[in-house]
Amino acid sequence: MKLILDLARGMLSRRRRQTLVSVLGVALGVAFFIAIASLMRGFQTYFIQQVIDVQPHIVIKDETRTPLPQAAEMAVTDGAVSVNGVKPRDRVRGIRASGDKLAILEAIPGAAAAPILTGSALLRYGARDVTVTITGIDPPRYRRVANLEKDLIRGSLEDLRSAANGLIIGDTLAQRLGVQLGDTVIAVSPRGVSLQMKIVGIFHTGIVTLDQTTGYALLKVNQVLQDRPNVVNQILLRLADVTQAEPLARQIEARFGDRTESWEEQNANILTVFVIQNAIMYSVTGAILLVAAFGIYNIISTVVFEKTRDIAILKSLGFTEGDIQRLFLVQGIIAGVLGAALGCVLGQLMIEGLAQVRFQTETPAGNDRFLLARDWRIFAVASFFAVASAALAAVIPARRAARLDPVQVVRGAA
Amino acid sequence: MTLLSAEGVTKRLAEGVTLVSDISLSIEGGEFVAITGPSGSGKSSLLYLLGLLDRPSEGRVLLEGRDTAALPAPELAALRLARLGFVFQFHFLLPEFSALDNVLIPIRRRGALKPAAAEARAMALLDALGLAEAAAKLPEQLSGGMRQRVAIARALANDPALLLADEPTGNLDTRNAAAVFDIFARLAREDGRAVVVVTHDAELARRTTRRIHLVDGRIVSDECG
Ligand SMILES: Nc1ncnc2c1ncn2[C@@H]1O[C@H](COP(=O)(O)OP(=O)(O)OP(=O)(O)O)[C@@H](O)[C@H]1O
Ligand SMILES: [Mg+2]
Repeated sequence: MKLILDLARGMLSRRRRQTLVSVLGVALGVAFFIAIASLMRGFQTYFIQQVIDVQPHIVIKDETRTPLPQAAEMAVTDGAVSVNGVKPRDRVRGIRASGDKLAILEAIPGAAAAPILTGSALLRYGARDVTVTITGIDPPRYRRVANLEKDLIRGSLEDLRSAANGLIIGDTLAQRLGVQLGDTVIAVSPRGVSLQMKIVGIFHTGIVTLDQTTGYALLKVNQVLQDRPNVVNQILLRLADVTQAEPLARQIEARFGDRTESWEEQNANILTVFVIQNAIMYSVTGAILLVAAFGIYNIISTVVFEKTRDIAILKSLGFTEGDIQRLFLVQGIIAGVLGAALGCVLGQLMIEGLAQVRFQTETPAGNDRFLLARDWRIFAVASFFAVASAALAAVIPARRAARLDPVQVVRGAA
Repeated sequence: MTLLSAEGVTKRLAEGVTLVSDISLSIEGGEFVAITGPSGSGKSSLLYLLGLLDRPSEGRVLLEGRDTAALPAPELAALRLARLGFVFQFHFLLPEFSALDNVLIPIRRRGALKPAAAEARAMALLDALGLAEAAAKLPEQLSGGMRQRVAIARALANDPALLLADEPTGNLDTRNAAAVFDIFARLAREDGRAVVVVTHDAELARRTTRRIHLVDGRIVSDECG
């Protein structure tokens, strides 16, 4: 094998410039892949991290994924009866036996659960009315599943309890109503209950809809406002290991029957965009590597053509077809490895270059620079594809070389 | 045991051209054989068949009693590597490698010797052919006669039982040609190898121990002495 390597090196050394060009082709493909992958992965990881930080990992809702079977259908099991157009019963919806379920969920290792009741209400301050969604929370439990405190710019979560009927609202909402910390607003629910509520906190998330239309109150207070005593309509879960969210969500749904969504399901639309982004990235770099592979095919073909006599003499000396094929495959692999190595260096330089870029405007997430993933696996994947495509590109000329008939060549030369 | 024998060997091309027909001969170790004949008489074709580079259409070639007709290509290659050596009209040295490295290629491919022993053997072969100073030089730095001698050293690399040469002196001047023939004569006489040389040169052919004359792909005379 060492001999094959030496022969391969010798043959390539005669074509330094052309070898260099094809190596550069591979290197560019690898470098672009690394830079683009680092950019995209960096952004995607950041985004997912944000989602994981801000949102609960699993949400259990007071609905079922498919309509519940109807009594008439259950009575006649052969399918003769089917009930269509089922309307939700006008009862007070909510998660049944939420206390028991909470206890079960809390027992899952690494999981924290918090019950909430969401409902809409009209906030009135002076002559202004704004419709909002109020989430009733139990602060000590809610604190473990979501980070509302991080976004609070006035007041605190504790004040919800110390004040009677405390309310925390978004900053845009506060502006629209014209209220300040300590002001009292009137909240009216769709069921006609009205409460005087005191603004004890103001938050800013940067997400417009949240800042404009949401408020937080104590769970008990919201249950009174919504006229749904002891009702909980969502249970939020936070996990130590977010990768377990989807399988755990399926288990919970199977056990309780309540619709249970993992963060992945709730953000499916964005995650799908990521998949498409990645597909585009792979196609683009795949195309670059394809061009690079043609370069390698070209040089190996040239060497095979030029080295016809050497191939013939090696075969007459007793080299087998396999030896000859390996000899040229190795040349392709050498070009691929050199290209990959150079590409990794170039890629690293490109990442460093991108890291220097600063944007004038600050993004909502508070970044003025590219988010870059520095992951050795990106380099590994790029290098692997480069070497594999180089080897593949060398296969055809290598086989042509292996099949060469030494008699024909020796005759032609004489 | 007979070193090499051909039994009714015929080579036909797909187009119906017959290169050699019904050749039967046997060659023993120590023989120095010249194959002569007019241009196009099938000398090279016969040499490729005897050297297991080509397969006969009919008949068979036996090397050291072993029928080679049924052997798969890799085994033929292994036989060429271990038992046969080729020299062609053109030296066919690999241009990127020094004389020494060229001689080392078949030794390393065979892998029977450790690197140091392999190099010592290659050096000794070059030395025996008066090429000690040329060992580190590239083929392009050598004269035609020296190149051909390096090619002979390479053919002898794995100590073959049979050396086959196709007009090895075709590109050499008279003095170098005579030197090459002297080397061949010595190889046959002293080492007990068989040497088979295709040549146009009747003068040189007379230095051999046996002359086979071909016309139109057939043996018309086979004389010793
Ligand atoms: N592949 C081929 N296709 C057609 N004709 C061929 C082929 N190979 C050889 N020949 C012909 O077969 C004949 C025998 O060829 P060969 O090379 O064996 O003769 P030779 O005695 O070595 O001739 P020379 O002295 O010119 O080297 C020649 O006429 C040659 O042109
Ligand atoms: Mg000839």
